[in-house]
Amino acid sequence: MSKDTLMLKMRKSLWGWAGLVIFLVGVLALSVYPVNAQQPTPSDDDVNRVAKQMYCPVCENIPLDVCPTQACAQWRELIRLKLSEGLTDEEIRQYFAEQYGDRVLDVPPARGLNWLVYVLPPLFLLGGIWIVVRVLRSMRSPLAAMNVSTRGDETLPNPNEDPYLARIEEELRRREKEGK
Amino acid sequence: MIEEKNLNADKSNRTTLPRWVVGLVFTALIGFLVLIGLGLRRTQEGPIVIGQKVPAFELKTFEGEVYRTAEMQGKVILINFWASWCKPCEQEAFELEEAWQYYKPGGEVVFLGVDYVDTEPEAKAFIQQFGLTYPNGPDLRTRISQMFRIKGVPETYIIDREGKLAFVKTGPFLSVNEIRQAIDPLLP
Amino acid sequence: MLANIGFGVLVVSFITSVYGIVASVIGIRKNSLAWVESARKAMQITFPLISIVALAIILLLVTGQYQVQYVYNVTSSTMPLYLKITALWGGQAGSLVFWSWLMSAFTTAVTLRKWDRDREFLPWVILVGLITLTFFLALIIFFENPFVRFWVSASGNQIIAMFPPEGAAPLIPADGRGLNPLLRHPGMVIHPPMLYLGFVSFVIPYAFGVAALITGRTDDRWIRITRRWTLVAWLFLSLGLVLGSRWAYDVLGWGGYWAWDPVENAAFMPWLTGTAFLHSVMIQEKRGLFKRWNMILIILTYVLVIFGTFLTRSGVLSSVHSFAQSAIGPMFFGFIALSMILSVWLLIWRWQILHSEGTMHSLLSREALFLLNNLLFMGILAVVFWGTVYPLISELFTGQKVTVGPAFYERSAGPLFAGLLLLMGIAPLSAWGHSTVKTLGKALWKPALAALAVVVAVFAGGVRNPWALMGFLFVALVVFITLFEYYRGVRARRHRTGENWLSALINLMGRNRRRYGGYIIHLGVVLMALGIIGIEMFQTETQGTIPPGGSLKLGPYEVTFNRLDIFDAADGRNVARATVLVSKDGRTLAELHPRRDLYIDTMQPMTIPGVRSTIEDDLYVLLVDWQPISSTGVTFKIYHNPLINWLWIGGFVFILGTLVAAWPDRDPQPVPVTARRGQVVPSSSSGD
Repeated sequence: MSKDTLMLKMRKSLWGWAGLVIFLVGVLALSVYPVNAQQPTPSDDDVNRVAKQMYCPVCENIPLDVCPTQACAQWRELIRLKLSEGLTDEEIRQYFAEQYGDRVLDVPPARGLNWLVYVLPPLFLLGGIWIVVRVLRSMRSPLAAMNVSTRGDETLPNPNEDPYLARIEEELRRREKEGK
Repeated sequence: MIEEKNLNADKSNRTTLPRWVVGLVFTALIGFLVLIGLGLRRTQEGPIVIGQKVPAFELKTFEGEVYRTAEMQGKVILINFWASWCKPCEQEAFELEEAWQYYKPGGEVVFLGVDYVDTEPEAKAFIQQFGLTYPNGPDLRTRISQMFRIKGVPETYIIDREGKLAFVKTGPFLSVNEIRQAIDPLLP
Repeated sequence: MLANIGFGVLVVSFITSVYGIVASVIGIRKNSLAWVESARKAMQITFPLISIVALAIILLLVTGQYQVQYVYNVTSSTMPLYLKITALWGGQAGSLVFWSWLMSAFTTAVTLRKWDRDREFLPWVILVGLITLTFFLALIIFFENPFVRFWVSASGNQIIAMFPPEGAAPLIPADGRGLNPLLRHPGMVIHPPMLYLGFVSFVIPYAFGVAALITGRTDDRWIRITRRWTLVAWLFLSLGLVLGSRWAYDVLGWGGYWAWDPVENAAFMPWLTGTAFLHSVMIQEKRGLFKRWNMILIILTYVLVIFGTFLTRSGVLSSVHSFAQSAIGPMFFGFIALSMILSVWLLIWRWQILHSEGTMHSLLSREALFLLNNLLFMGILAVVFWGTVYPLISELFTGQKVTVGPAFYERSAGPLFAGLLLLMGIAPLSAWGHSTVKTLGKALWKPALAALAVVVAVFAGGVRNPWALMGFLFVALVVFITLFEYYRGVRARRHRTGENWLSALINLMGRNRRRYGGYIIHLGVVLMALGIIGIEMFQTETQGTIPPGGSLKLGPYEVTFNRLDIFDAADGRNVARATVLVSKDGRTLAELHPRRDLYIDTMQPMTIPGVRSTIEDDLYVLLVDWQPISSTGVTFKIYHNPLINWLWIGGFVFILGTLVAAWPDRDPQPVPVTARRGQVVPSSSSGD
């Protein structure tokens, strides 16, 4: 994202700003897609590629590819077998889900109640954006009516000077005074 | 400071919360608490309690036959959870088979072996190795084990003739006698 | 004997804290200083009392009194002394005592300060602190007593009880069962205390928040008093999290540092709200805005702390971290429900008087950007929270267990983290109260150009992953902006005082500790981000079975298998330890010893990696499998983790920055508040 487009986004005031966040939500929603790729020869690396995205109920919360128990070693051999039978990664995942339940999959399959997993966080974020936008609006409007002069550049202490330097200096002066 | 307050006071900012927001917040809060409470109760409950009616389920064996507990009313059912990767399961395999041979002719007792989180080739090898002849099948989608909320394998449940849970054993049986002591009182 | 003393003192400390609650309530009702003073004394005395309890347990552990069930469960005679001591927090009962001890230390410390200006807060702070403490002490006494012992009754039955029934004789096992192997790591010695410290110290800002709500003193006094406490709490929590990931990387042997395990999440969630709180309180201090939001955040943080502890200890969610099944669940649940409902009710009751005193002028002002920062943190919280509790919901409603694994969190929270990185760059350049596109653009363009140059260089270096490139852009942007801010500050100071560069830098930081400490924290965060980008996007791995002398290739590296030794260690482990050589372009770089420990009595295997670390990458070798009899081969898994060490370096910088920000001032007299409240001029940009 270059500096110009960034500033353009910023300039679009409130709604442009919210747009940025909506964009992020969109990315979030889009990025939850199923991954797979498939290769014919089942080497250890092929097996691990599939196993990495699965969990076995015997070792809680440790991915199948690194779980050291014998049950998991057997599962990995089963994956190898299925790979050599020509099943795709996704088909193997499905096979395991049918055999051992959905909890072997690293993310819940998007069906039934599970849709909630993917829908709720973006909804929550949108709700958050809505609240923030409302708060900002309610805070901005009385000011605009009341005190127009505070907007724009004329309130800066001295336009010729670097405002940041001025601030620092003022701050230091104040501090020094307080210190003594 | 007070002056400033008055100056900047924003009418909309000072109002109390609308009633629907308060209601919503409390509903969400209570809902969440109920959820956690239910989850907690579930973990506290542990396995199915003795005396409780056991829900019906079906087991499809490795040979493809289907056994439905609903059709076994009036019989004593022994359900044994096992797995080929489980060492203690090997200890009790012979005993279970021996007990099965003892009860089989009478026809009043059914043995079901539920293979928990296992792979088919290894499971079949296990059955062959220990010569198990009673019906054994995989626990598809771990439905049966979740229903019983088992803690691990081996674990054995015995259901009496009224379909109520009568006996639970965690860990392996040590002798045929132990199995018979659990089953015999349930027979007429 | 010692166990009886320990239990006696435990009961006394429980009674003392109950008395403290009663005394403070009376003090409040009668408006009596004497009663409040008495409550304060009661609170202060809980600390030495619980210290004695903790000491008693440590003595029992060290001297190996296996008649005590807790000692039997967590120690064995072969364990080294330091592990015996730290076994205090190796089990449920002991760790609850440890937690209470830390809690009483913090609450006592807070009552030792001068209270002249904040009299009205005192009884309420004591009340909240003591209620929490009493709750934990009650858990210990009624459910998880660490002093219960084994007895044999007259009829020959084995009994576990605090006090033996008539005619029972003590039963003393020859040896204990020993600590859970996962916890026998030096990292485990400090990781839990740090986490607990972080957890308990968040009670203090919460107690003050509640006190402010009840007394109706809604200025930012409670925030100013607890600012340092909050920072300290946050420091410990961060330390706990970083150490925990390091432990996972070193011991759990899966090539990663963070598994999004429910219990990790439980510690991460209060960190998220705590971080949002640290930022948004600054808005209230500077501009008098968002009082309600700050209250919500601190309540949320406290509730998440308790909730996290509950998750770890009740067995509701399964996790590698879980303590054994325990009866404390229902009581814990009651406490959570009570504190949640009361806090929310208080907040709604005081909603009206918690109005903002200022207004927002610019959407690019620092406060507006902080608000956006809070929004992103809350978004991440929503993702983490939902991912953590969803398995529970699924099991309840569909009867099916599901796993919500790292992929979910990474994909959902990743963009939000990226947004935070970007904000981290922009926000320091904007001013309080007022900023325009022009002022911001003016400050931004130089660092942005420099960052873009870095990205072009990285692109030219062969990196094509767009997400990684975006990550690098944001990282570089934050680094340049932070350095630029330092440069401008030092230059301004030199300009004014004529100091040399170094003393200008030191004085600048000394006088604006929170601001410049904060910048160091930001630097730490982006360095950590660098490590995370490295391992998440560029990690490669391979696995293969090789005979002695054979080798595996991964990228430019070659790992050669030398030998495998299998032996029994003295502490009940069967160890298989491989020796491998790592080489690159034909040059041998290191000898590594990946191993597999099998704890024989529990049959629990542990995979300890052999790691070669450099500043640019780690080569992480795991021993996966071997053929015991024939020597046909050994299976290794090798990870190449680029940039991972920046995660630890960043963590170090991060902690350093927090220390700078939290270090006590020489002059604790706070700057008068009213002078700057609600001003429109962008004058007050300092962090005190």
